[in-house]
Amino acid sequence: MIPKLDMLRTELHELCRGLGRRVQLMEVCGTHTVAVFRAGLRSLLPANLRLVSGPGCPVCVTAQRHVDAAIELATRPDVTLVTYGDMLRVPGRLGSLERLRAAGADVRVVNSAWSALQIALDNPRRQVVFLAVGFETTAPATAATVFEADQRGVENFSVLVCHKLVVPAMQALLDTGEVPLDGFLAPGHVSVIIGAGAYRPIVERYRRPVVVAGFEPGQILAGLVRLVRQVASGCPILENVYAGVVTETGNRVAQEWLQRVFIVADTPWRELGTIPHSGLELAPRYQHFDALRRLGVHVGPDEEHPLCRCGEVITGKVEPVECPAFAGACTPARPIGPCMVSSEGTCAAWYKYSRASTSLAADTAAGERE
Amino acid sequence: MNHAAAIAGHDRVVIAHGGGGELMGRLIRELFLPRLHNDVLAKLTDGAVLDWPSGALVFTTDSYVVTPLEFPGGDIGRLAVAGTVNDLAVMGADPLVLSLALIIQEGLPLALLDRLLASVAETAAQAGVRVVTGDTKVIERRATGGEDSQREGLFINTAGLGRLRPGLRLGIERIAPGDAVLINGPVAEHGLAVMSVRAGLEFSAGLKSDVAPLNGLIRTLLESGADVKFLRDATRGGLAGVLADICDGRRLSVEIDEARVPLTGAARHAAEMLGLDPLTVANEGKCVIVVAAADAERALSACRQHPLGRQAAVIGRITATEPPLVELLTRAGGRRIVQRPYGEELPRIC
Repeated sequence: MIPKLDMLRTELHELCRGLGRRVQLMEVCGTHTVAVFRAGLRSLLPANLRLVSGPGCPVCVTAQRHVDAAIELATRPDVTLVTYGDMLRVPGRLGSLERLRAAGADVRVVNSAWSALQIALDNPRRQVVFLAVGFETTAPATAATVFEADQRGVENFSVLVCHKLVVPAMQALLDTGEVPLDGFLAPGHVSVIIGAGAYRPIVERYRRPVVVAGFEPGQILAGLVRLVRQVASGCPILENVYAGVVTETGNRVAQEWLQRVFIVADTPWRELGTIPHSGLELAPRYQHFDALRRLGVHVGPDEEHPLCRCGEVITGKVEPVECPAFAGACTPARPIGPCMVSSEGTCAAWYKYSRASTSLAADTAAGERE
Repeated sequence: MNHAAAIAGHDRVVIAHGGGGELMGRLIRELFLPRLHNDVLAKLTDGAVLDWPSGALVFTTDSYVVTPLEFPGGDIGRLAVAGTVNDLAVMGADPLVLSLALIIQEGLPLALLDRLLASVAETAAQAGVRVVTGDTKVIERRATGGEDSQREGLFINTAGLGRLRPGLRLGIERIAPGDAVLINGPVAEHGLAVMSVRAGLEFSAGLKSDVAPLNGLIRTLLESGADVKFLRDATRGGLAGVLADICDGRRLSVEIDEARVPLTGAARHAAEMLGLDPLTVANEGKCVIVVAAADAERALSACRQHPLGRQAAVIGRITATEPPLVELLTRAGGRRIVQRPYGEELPRIC
């Protein structure tokens, strides 16, 4: 073990022992969830420290009605649906985009919003719809792309905007009070854009510690040590152990892009419902790029799979192993919920990296044999 | 008989059926094997071992559909030779001859085709094999635009024939608890090099595909006298895929020490950027070697004598721990399991 990590782990264990009670911390971001698992950090945590995953996986928080709207669009013969790879396999009412593509639908995977616009420019006779998911990390690129499409007068490009904001979701979780949370490990990538200062309301209004951390094992452990230290002291503050990268005020240029093209709106989330001021919508000046308006899509109710407990997983109410479908009816090869699909999904991380998945899978296989 | 009309709930082929992961395994087991069953095919090894009057032959085939056709460190021509040569070499065969079949989409620049054939010739010379037969087909450009029409269309199939080295005993059934697991160098370079080009990402210099014919390295290893029990090239599915093959095929556990798995700084950085686990990313010049523990040092020094094994390392061992799992001792001092990837690993969103 790396000496610095060993010191942090020892300190974390001592702090938790001194606390004498169970402490529950939330890693908000899917990238943190995966990093914690990949580095094997869960096996190093004290028994009374529970780390729960939060609503920070962009695919997982997307409301089912938007997944279904995208899939409906992809069934139209004149539409090319463009999105990020992780959205491809999310199941909806009419199957997934992956299945539609195999059946002949024109579904393309890109790594950037810019590539989606390029596809529209290359295919002027097709309606190219970009299914834009993600938090403040991917939203600025969508904004810049819409701006560019407007400048060039591109008429066959539109966006199904599912961009969401991180801090309102954290507040909504605390408002429900259903899950006791002693503090938040705040995501590095998003914080680069919004700045560490964006979490002040969590600390000041809700009196919860927040530590911004990067994704290296040392950063994550240091973040947890600081959180538990704050829990022990009873004085919540905002700390930033990713200070080399994340500043207090964030990336002003990216923020300006967001303000130029989007307005903050009430937005539907999986499980959490519609949260006030929690997402982005195209500003009136750019509404002609709204795919739902332009192509007249009926957005229905959120019809989720009856077995799926993804909503409770992304709000920290249950762990994946508590879902009856986990590793049995729902696996990466045959997902029924988004948390098993996304590379940042909590269920996928448990399935790939935790021993729990193999014992459950073995039980299911044994059950099938009997 | 239409029982296999759906694989894992899919009634049509999806991209992940070709990703070298769990879904592809099911396609082969549930659709191909029932139709084409025979005792040679059923072994599902990298190549078929055929009894022949003058000693056993090994026969294999593989198709290459990589885009872009040229990437840092290699191209589809080099890949088509090295990939098939490696499938023969890990079976313990000395590759002799290859076939080369080209499916070309109209519009492919002849200058590019010529460069790729030069690469085929150079790689074949490096591997000591000859291309002795071939086929060419030209197909129309696909009607729908976008992604596919941007591609310079060329698919290659190669088949290869090799002579099994006499007196060799390689096979997954020989693996036993205590055996050492080696790899001949840094992982994940091919997949990351190709993906970084596709994603239009500029990473720090030095990220190149590792595509190379491994028959020379494997010959050196086998002639060292080490008791080599099992060899497999870690292509699609990466190192994780091969370790899962061992775990599933032999019902034994594998324990890997992350700190010992060779990984360059450029590859580590690229994998972080793309949100990928380097253990599940494809290689095209890496081979997993299982040897008796007592011979680990001998096998290691044999590998290191060869240019393609300079950074070889003992990365773990086989254990009898129940239930059979691949477990990683992480650099951070923790433990986690390693699973076979589901299909194609995709870069993350944020």
